[in-house]
Amino acid sequence: MLNVSDIFKSFEQKQALAGVSFEVHAGEILAVLGPSGCGKSTLLSIIAGLEEADHGEVAWDGVSLSGIPPYRRGFGLMFQDFALFPHLNVFDNVAFGLRMQHLPIEEIPAQVREALELAGLPGFELRDVNTLSGGEQQRVALARALAPRPRLLMLDEPLGALDRNLRERLVLDLRDILRRSRQTAIYVTHDQEEAFTLADRLVVMNAGKIEQIGTPEQIYGRPASLFAARFLGFTNLIPGRALSIQPAAAVVETAIGRLYVPLSENSLQPGQAVTVLLRPDGVQPGNDNSGQLQGTLTEAVFRGNITRATVLIQGVSLVFDFHSHWVLPAIGQAIHLSFDPAQALQLFNEISP
Amino acid sequence: MTAGNAAGNRAGHNARQIDGPPGDQIAVRRSGRRGSWILLTLWLAPLIFLGAFYFYPLAGILSASFARREGNLLSPFLAALTSTSVRSIFAFTVYQAVLSTLLTLLIGLPGAYLIARYDFPGKALLRALTGVPFVLPTLVVGAAFTALLGPAGWINQALMRLFHLSQPPIDFMYTLAAILLAHIFYNTTIVLRMVGDFWSHLDPRLGQAAEMLGATPMQVLRKVTLPLLAPAVAAAALLVFIFDFTSFGVILVLGGPRFATLEVEIYNQTVSLFNLPLAAVLALIQLFFTLLLTIVYTRLAARVTRPLSLRPQRFTLRRLTTIRQRLLAAAYIGLLVLLLVAPLIALAARSVTRVESSTRLPPGQSDQGITGATAQRGGFTLDYYRELNINRRQSLFFTPPATAIGISLLYASATVLMSLALGIPAAWALARSETSWANRAMDPLLMLPLGTSAVTLGLGFIITLSHPPLNMIGSPWLVPLAHTLVAFPFVVRSLTPALRSIRPRLRQAAAVLGANPLRVFRSIDLPLAGRAVLVAATFAFTISLGEFGATAVLARPEYPTVPVAIYRLLGQPGALNYGQALALSTILMAVAMTSMLVIERMRIADVGEF
Repeated sequence: MLNVSDIFKSFEQKQALAGVSFEVHAGEILAVLGPSGCGKSTLLSIIAGLEEADHGEVAWDGVSLSGIPPYRRGFGLMFQDFALFPHLNVFDNVAFGLRMQHLPIEEIPAQVREALELAGLPGFELRDVNTLSGGEQQRVALARALAPRPRLLMLDEPLGALDRNLRERLVLDLRDILRRSRQTAIYVTHDQEEAFTLADRLVVMNAGKIEQIGTPEQIYGRPASLFAARFLGFTNLIPGRALSIQPAAAVVETAIGRLYVPLSENSLQPGQAVTVLLRPDGVQPGNDNSGQLQGTLTEAVFRGNITRATVLIQGVSLVFDFHSHWVLPAIGQAIHLSFDPAQALQLFNEISP
Repeated sequence: MTAGNAAGNRAGHNARQIDGPPGDQIAVRRSGRRGSWILLTLWLAPLIFLGAFYFYPLAGILSASFARREGNLLSPFLAALTSTSVRSIFAFTVYQAVLSTLLTLLIGLPGAYLIARYDFPGKALLRALTGVPFVLPTLVVGAAFTALLGPAGWINQALMRLFHLSQPPIDFMYTLAAILLAHIFYNTTIVLRMVGDFWSHLDPRLGQAAEMLGATPMQVLRKVTLPLLAPAVAAAALLVFIFDFTSFGVILVLGGPRFATLEVEIYNQTVSLFNLPLAAVLALIQLFFTLLLTIVYTRLAARVTRPLSLRPQRFTLRRLTTIRQRLLAAAYIGLLVLLLVAPLIALAARSVTRVESSTRLPPGQSDQGITGATAQRGGFTLDYYRELNINRRQSLFFTPPATAIGISLLYASATVLMSLALGIPAAWALARSETSWANRAMDPLLMLPLGTSAVTLGLGFIITLSHPPLNMIGSPWLVPLAHTLVAFPFVVRSLTPALRSIRPRLRQAAAVLGANPLRVFRSIDLPLAGRAVLVAATFAFTISLGEFGATAVLARPEYPTVPVAIYRLLGQPGALNYGQALALSTILMAVAMTSMLVIERMRIADVGEF
């Protein structure tokens, strides 16, 4: 089990990591999700031993790793652009780590074959890595990283260099491979879909700090901060002001009207500036629920299962995902919406900068 | 060696093209059949020039070597190769070149690593400083080393005074060590630039990937870094070897009568003994050897461009963090600066220091007149500079050394004009297309003069241009023509990438942004190409100023260039002559360093680095 505690790191004057702590359990896939420049690659470098932290500790099974060079940590790292050795063929690339472990020479070919089969490239041993396609290179890099059976595999945006279609296909393969080999892994990405697909748990990072740790369901269901909400793709973030505070709810004055937001705990002051998230999937046409909104349908884009609708409410443009079986009024017509406040609304006691 | 250095610049640049702009698709597409004919028209003047002043003289050497025809075609070569004296000269040439190359690599590779991977204060200065030997004439370097380590040099003088010795304790002149040291001085910069540059663009994550797979730093070096660097190291080593192999001025000044390379022997046979057939045979042997190496070099240089994911330098640089790293780096930089700077400072300082008494051996046949000199130093003086203008011997054939400066400047200007006139159309043609058959045929032709030693070129001129159809002996154009031949390939190589970088898309972008054609030319073509032309001109100028090999063979006594005048002064006895030689060398050094500054300032980052 990997323990990362209170890591600080700065380059020149710039703070890259400011007190990062989390753990990775055996067999778990942890995704580190954050925008570029949030410090997630630096974090990997520190865990790998390629960089030294200014403060804090990385430990494995309770044993501190400080002072242990990368080549003695027994970790694997897969780089974004793969860093395949261009002077070696596929076999020698994959065998590199096995040779470094002084594996008996006769066992190497079988292990290389196994790793390549696992990565979905059987029979590629003698190919020149420079002639492989992006997807194939990615698989060779994965095979190379898996072959020495690292106790922890780190993947630094392993799909970032590939185009979208390939990425969507490979992410499922990757999940399958990692799960099948019961590989403990840290997966760094800025793509939330990738993170949701792969990870058992997620760490959301921003500006060198952890915003939230949890399962994909927890994080998507209840983003812990305005940043997390925005990074996960939520756009219906409505600024407002808390009016009356009740024990388990607040009434918030917003541009689209007064909203009754249920709260699990309440530390708000009356008059405080807040932001309300209106989840796009928590709203439906009609008036079946207690929350009610009135607006004008300005756009409806059919997306198969759902229809993404843009509704103008009191001059605020909001986006909703309706089940496609709902019959919507024509564009430009009034639309009546309703929602269950407990499910559709979430309150952040911060406002966007 | 100036020719060699020009080649060095070009070769270094060649290795740098890897990070240059990729060939533009539009430019490539343009290379139709019609395009090839346009290219051929552009090549016309350079072709005529190369034909008349390279291939024709070369053919002259070839036929001269068969002049003493006793058996079959090969017999003169067999005779030369079986003669013990030629064999020992050849053996020595190879021996000193191998030794020099190994030592140069030994000194250069740690520096290449340092420059490639670390960022430290003064790095830009160090880089500029290591560029200085590129443009220094060999004779200046020879003179500089005598001023530092010769019998009348600073170190011997200091030791004599310190320990009250009657004889200079360090016997440096005319030793192998002197030759090796000068060669290291010259060529370390090639290793630093070619290997260092390649190294700096090598993705450090390859090494990190190996480390993550369990490789120790030593294993990373052995299994990943060195194999990837191998082509660059081999190419640099080969280039250094070629320069050391054809070394001329350094051997003449620092090797003295005891040591002769093939190049020196060709010169002796041509100028002193007037045995042109033997000189021609030796020149052909040398040419064959260097061309062979040049071909190997080009192959290796092409392999340097293997598909590596090269990264911009800013991603690969680190800082020196630990004390140990800093100490090691400081020690290395100190050594490098000492090696590069000490002789030059010694030279400049010695040229303004009065030598009051000196005893000299009578000048021998190729005695440079500095053996056994014992001298005491006096104070500061500008006498040697003043003397340059005075014709003490009242001789008609002796021109005051200051005249040589005027002649050199004149020759250099002519060289700049001619090499630009030939180089611009050639570079333009090369820049238009990389795939056209015309260019693919012409490109290797450019390499040929680079693989030919300067003395050989001079010899070829002597043999062929002394009689019809091209009787030019006595013409003042002979020396600038030879200089143009030496400078031309280099001018082309420095212009081509800049012209190539003016991709059609840049012009289109400017036009789309509202620039009319005139404005496009003024804002795009001129700034990009103009600076490259200036850089090329500066190089041609510097090459001509310092060229010694061909000039030594061709220059008429009444029209000496500065290097020839230095060589003559070094060959005459007396402190005054020696002082004047150092004064002239200092002037030449100053001009060369100024040129280097111009080049460093003018070159466009990532477009044409040398």
